[in-house]
Amino acid sequence: MTAEVIAVSEEASERFQPLQERGQRAVFCGLTSIIWLHRKIQDAFFLVVGSRTCAHLIQSAAGVMIFAEPRFGTAVLGDRDLAGMADCNEELDRVVAQVLARRPELKSIFLVGSCPSEVIKLDLDNAAGRLSRAYDGQVRFVAYSGSGIETTFTQGEDNCLASLAAGLPIATDTEERLLVVGTVPDIVEDQFRRLFQQLGIDAVDFFPGSQSTDLPAVGPNTRLLLAQPFLGETLRALESRGGRLISAPFPLGAEGSEAWFRAAADAFGVEPQTQDSVLSAPRQRAEAALSTYREELADKSFTMLPDSQLEIPLARFLSRECGMTPREVGTPYFDARVMEAEVPLLPEGVDWVEGQDLDPALDRVRAVRPDLTVCGLGIANPLEAEGLRTKWSIELLFTPIQGFEQAGDLAELFARPLRREQALEVGSWS
Amino acid sequence: MELTLWTYEGPPHVGAIRIAASMRDVHLVLHAPQGDTYADLLFTMIERDGKRPPVTYTTFQARDLGASTAEKFLSTLQSAYEHHKPSLILVADSCTAELLQDQPGTLAETAGLPIPVVPLEMAAYSRKENWGASETFFHLVRAVLAGQRSEVSDRPDRDGVTRRPSVNLLGPSKLGFRCRDDVLEITRLLQSVGIDVNVVAPLDAGIADIMRIPEADANVCLYPEVALETCAWLERNFRQPTIRTVPLGFGATQDFLAELAGVLQIDISAQAVADCRLPWYSRSVDSTYLTGKRVFVFGDGTHALACARVAQQEMGFEVVGLGTYSREMARDVRAAAKELGVEPLITDDHMAVEQAVSELRPELVLGTQMERHIAKRLGVGCAVISTPAHVQDYPARFSPQMGVEGANVLFDTWVHPLIMGLEEHLLHMFRDDFEFNDHAAPSHLGHGEGTLMAVEDNVVSMPRIRWEDGAEKELKKIPFFVRGKARRNTERYAEERGLTAINIETLYEAKAHYSR
Repeated sequence: MTAEVIAVSEEASERFQPLQERGQRAVFCGLTSIIWLHRKIQDAFFLVVGSRTCAHLIQSAAGVMIFAEPRFGTAVLGDRDLAGMADCNEELDRVVAQVLARRPELKSIFLVGSCPSEVIKLDLDNAAGRLSRAYDGQVRFVAYSGSGIETTFTQGEDNCLASLAAGLPIATDTEERLLVVGTVPDIVEDQFRRLFQQLGIDAVDFFPGSQSTDLPAVGPNTRLLLAQPFLGETLRALESRGGRLISAPFPLGAEGSEAWFRAAADAFGVEPQTQDSVLSAPRQRAEAALSTYREELADKSFTMLPDSQLEIPLARFLSRECGMTPREVGTPYFDARVMEAEVPLLPEGVDWVEGQDLDPALDRVRAVRPDLTVCGLGIANPLEAEGLRTKWSIELLFTPIQGFEQAGDLAELFARPLRREQALEVGSWS
Repeated sequence: MELTLWTYEGPPHVGAIRIAASMRDVHLVLHAPQGDTYADLLFTMIERDGKRPPVTYTTFQARDLGASTAEKFLSTLQSAYEHHKPSLILVADSCTAELLQDQPGTLAETAGLPIPVVPLEMAAYSRKENWGASETFFHLVRAVLAGQRSEVSDRPDRDGVTRRPSVNLLGPSKLGFRCRDDVLEITRLLQSVGIDVNVVAPLDAGIADIMRIPEADANVCLYPEVALETCAWLERNFRQPTIRTVPLGFGATQDFLAELAGVLQIDISAQAVADCRLPWYSRSVDSTYLTGKRVFVFGDGTHALACARVAQQEMGFEVVGLGTYSREMARDVRAAAKELGVEPLITDDHMAVEQAVSELRPELVLGTQMERHIAKRLGVGCAVISTPAHVQDYPARFSPQMGVEGANVLFDTWVHPLIMGLEEHLLHMFRDDFEFNDHAAPSHLGHGEGTLMAVEDNVVSMPRIRWEDGAEKELKKIPFFVRGKARRNTERYAEERGLTAINIETLYEAKAHYSR
């Protein structure tokens, strides 16, 4: 089994050799993942130990999402902390006490490392252990890094889940259980549960769940199914606990969703007829929803700038299911193991880029002038002002896009800018 | 360490980006890790800029730490210069780079670029965004004007025909509050009284414009947070007087013109502000309902100070709270608060601001986008008067805050969230009306906007004083927007007299006591 997987990976990486680019990157850092993680894990607080920049980044990326009182905050380091005049551990204890005084119902606090905390080598793992003991199991403390020097955007979730994975209970199941890994919106989780149940796979856990205290167990009988394409470290952490990966494309689009469910069904020995009867109706619904957008998107070209790691499965979806033509697809990094089932489905003749050098990349967009550029928030309006249509990519993380029932919504996100171009009779995009 | 949930200001290097983005042909090379590029979206999303801000980030990663971050800075500097060909480059550290001590300023000197390179020290762990903007503007102006030492006598005499008096407008910047429109409005006003605008900076200024700054007769310090330090330096080195009155509000605009007349030794007619509608709108009978409305004011120093004055003197409101997150202007805000008889609130902790708002129970909040959220939660009307602001506070229409039209805009904007005059009385008369009651929003506002319902629910009564049923019922007949104040005053009155229960008599005795 293991040998087989490695063989696939090698074959895939031979075929798939993205151009490496090193230069100015325009990506968020891993702290940004807190925006959706704190909504998903409802009894947890995310305490960034960092600078004013960290606090400003999260609130700027969160945009208008100012909630009553957010379950995230920043312990902002000051001159006194850096000069050693204040003991950082004592200061951290004080800030944690302050958080818990305001929110005594919290069950977990994530201590999130940042660029400055890593450069000054503040040991948050150690602090998490000390605080867990101090709060005597009443509050769980988990440390991970969301720093920009180590993580881009969605890697923050990867690091968060990887650090949680180390503390998951040991599974004693004799039967296999399915563990779906990666944050998906609640509505998607509910849809997935129903379909797994119809397939006869009842032993399903989702990670992360909505309660940090309700952690799934993991062991040799745990089968791992990734719902998000940015969880390489989490995968390795779960594998080291005995979990075994079910290799599958990601559940984006009708085809991707079907392949994802079938991979799980095969692993759990679900009869092909059962798979057909359960999956054919949702697949047809997804196809029907996609068909209107396919007309609008077919033969349109697109470029994706590196952002969230969703680029590769999305490029597969847009080319195979929407008939679009990828020109250049950039991704912050390429994890061959995570992408092994995607690579064989990718179209030929695409310029794949790993990493980024912003100015030359923008020059290529200007030269190619694709019909649609998928890019980060900072770049979208400038490209629009140059007459190019864009889809800002952060929405792909904040919107339910996975699974059969969202396949049409996913296509709509890309069709909307083009539809808007048709609708508007003011200004000019040409 | 300081716990921060939301922050009023970004870090100082965001202030540096604001200055670079405001100007033409200036580029900033920022030594910063990957992720700090989020700052781009402040400009392109919030202000809808059609260009990326002119900043190149080194975006170093963990693998670059050690010797190679300095090399990365130099290669980034070189490629930024070649790609963008600016007339001047600013170099700075973000918070993380400051810890690496690569000293980009010193490194940049070795690069031998054929253009001026201005190093900045951003003090990320003690300072904030507005300070960073002020510091950047100051160092840029000083670097460009270094070597020039113009004397007053260099400026040709004015004979009123060949040369009209002229001033510079200093301080307007990207991501400031309505700067674009303020500049247009103040330029129009100055033109109308025979004063030319020599240079506006940093907004839309190039290096050649900065070089012409000394040609003006005075500097108008339009936004002290950004320009005061520069104005003081110009005053010392070029003997250019600084006009300190910020023309925000009708009275302040008059004072501004008076200050200009004095400094430039010219006559300025009172007719210059005669077109302003605010004074008449405020005196018209409909506005009597504005009288004594309780208003809480919070923002940057410039806007909080000016708006408190407008609220009290020009709208007839009662300012019940005044504060700022600009520690640089704390002294002025304290003085203004003392004058108004209120406790000054100098803080950048939005939770402290929320606490103050819920205790003071204003009927209107004039604040930043943070206070808009606070007001929304507490069910109080709010108008935004200062940064930090969101995309809707960068409107498509002409909407200045300063000068004659600015005063008109303030009147309209602040009245809008309030319940209109007669409506307020009808609410009182028919408070049990099924569609016209405590829980109904003002008729001209949509559902959910400006509802006052939550205010009453937030009252924290003193537990040791009991309200008798009759008194509690009578209290409910008092209009809900003053009910909390009535409850608090009655309880204080009862407490001072050692009463343990409040009846209807106590309620009206307290009312009489406090209405004296």
